[in-house]
Amino acid sequence: MKDVKIIVCAKQIPDPEAPFSNVSVNVEKKEVVVDAPDVISPYDENALEAAIRIKEELGGKITVLSMGRKVSDTVLRKTVAAGADQLILLEDPAFERLESRSIARVLSAAIKKIGEYDLILTGRQAGDWDSGQVGLILAETLGIPSISLARSIKIKDGRVEVEKIVPVGYELVEAKLPALVTVSNEVGELRYVARTKMMALLKRPMTIPKWSTKHLDLSAEGLKPVQLMELCPPPDMKRECVFIEGASPEEKAGKLAAVFRELR
Amino acid sequence: MSDLLILVESKAGALEKMTLEVIRGAGGLAKELGTGVSAVVVGADTAALAESVATYGLNKVYRLEHPLLKDFQPDAWVAALEWLCKQIAPTIVLISHAFVGREVAPRLAYRLNTELTTDCTALKIDPTDKGLVRTKPIYGGNAVAILKTEGTPQVVTVRKGIFEPEEPTEAKSEVVSMAPPLSDAVIKVKSLKTVEQEVVELDKANVVISGGRGIAEKEDFEVLLALAKALSKTHGKVLIGCSRPVVDKGWMSSDHQVGLTGSMISPDAYVAIGISGAVQHLVGMIRSKKIIAINTDLGCNMFKVADFGVVADYKEILPALIKKLEE
Repeated sequence: MKDVKIIVCAKQIPDPEAPFSNVSVNVEKKEVVVDAPDVISPYDENALEAAIRIKEELGGKITVLSMGRKVSDTVLRKTVAAGADQLILLEDPAFERLESRSIARVLSAAIKKIGEYDLILTGRQAGDWDSGQVGLILAETLGIPSISLARSIKIKDGRVEVEKIVPVGYELVEAKLPALVTVSNEVGELRYVARTKMMALLKRPMTIPKWSTKHLDLSAEGLKPVQLMELCPPPDMKRECVFIEGASPEEKAGKLAAVFRELR
Repeated sequence: MSDLLILVESKAGALEKMTLEVIRGAGGLAKELGTGVSAVVVGADTAALAESVATYGLNKVYRLEHPLLKDFQPDAWVAALEWLCKQIAPTIVLISHAFVGREVAPRLAYRLNTELTTDCTALKIDPTDKGLVRTKPIYGGNAVAILKTEGTPQVVTVRKGIFEPEEPTEAKSEVVSMAPPLSDAVIKVKSLKTVEQEVVELDKANVVISGGRGIAEKEDFEVLLALAKALSKTHGKVLIGCSRPVVDKGWMSSDHQVGLTGSMISPDAYVAIGISGAVQHLVGMIRSKKIIAINTDLGCNMFKVADFGVVADYKEILPALIKKLEE
């Protein structure tokens, strides 16, 4: 099979690896405030990496689909620098803070507008809410097979063969295309994109369609936000750290060994 | 009001502890609602498992049986559970937030035309409208969301370890056999083979020694293994864990991963080496009795949650520590 048409759903989120001192909760506005730049959700980056590997082997086209209230093409252009062919942004105030089924509805409307596809890849879950629902629900909405927790993906004559992570090891499963696969981090990190390449790409004119409810023939009323009653700061995890000092590693090691002996 | 329904899970024929936890959690909610809890056992032959779960104070135990349900095939399980829920119309469905639940719950909720909340850490009933109020940590645990959803049944997956396991009782629940009308056509994803690999069970360890992004090379895990070996002479079962970047690099298999998408553990001691302490990692090990952090960066998060900290290069301190422990 040649020229595989792949759609990767990628979500833009505040950097989940930001130190917790940079994250605060605005209780009144029910908002998490993250003092760190936005990134592509890490598992979605893994999904893109999986897509690029398929394209390298068989050729094809990768379309990255990203939705939100304000999606930044500077953040998302990294996907093109890494190997995606087309970027489509789904942007509308009505797309803010939606519950999972509504997100899947918007994505499925966009995918129908894109038209033909063989494979949809999503991260196993997004790094902000970690719900792990949208991918599987999207497959239900489109009426296509879904496979979750992929660690490796192969395309073979109209089928997708996936090594799926299971508690005892892995399971080899297959489904007919088109299908949806959710990708886990075991696939590997998204390849490194050189800064110079990234900068050159930012300057290059690129057509990035932005679709809203209007373009997708969706009514905003049918899209439901998450019903957040309250948002609270996390329980305090802090402990009083006793630092082990010493002039040499040996001295520190000696004191640390004593700590371990105490634990017995 | 109809019963709450919980999904029974087992390993090697024995009830999973997380199932007993969900039974306890569901029991509390049922009391608030003035109703009972029923359970569903899914498989090709569920007799033995149904018998064992029938001693936990449940109203009914449904045996959802079909040859296609023999192993966990998500397509068949989702179809069967959808059918059962449409037959018995439970008020609330509770499933453990683990391998089966992560896959089944979103699809089941979608087919029942209802919204799901995953990985809940607390549940209660809103007395005004009898709605299920769900507590869910978000942003890796940096914030806690309290939310409600629309639709019936109300479906949630429940984090492991948040309820005490239920105790068995003298009374026996009524066992009801149900045969879902499944055909081969429901199976869209075919299982070709399962490859069993040696997996570590970090939750069984007394001490877990974990390495993170700060570990320079794969080979450096040898010195962590050497520390594990030295400690295992005196500290019981000592296993090697890691944070996500180590799995991403392919240096360790995912069963070693500690954190939100890996194991959530509470050993006697957790030794974090070169782990800066992203919240996603911290939620997996914060319940450890003692936390010892070794890192070159004094400002890193791990020191804020640790009981003992050593600002040092692991390459220098670990060999010296092993020597001292062996003295």
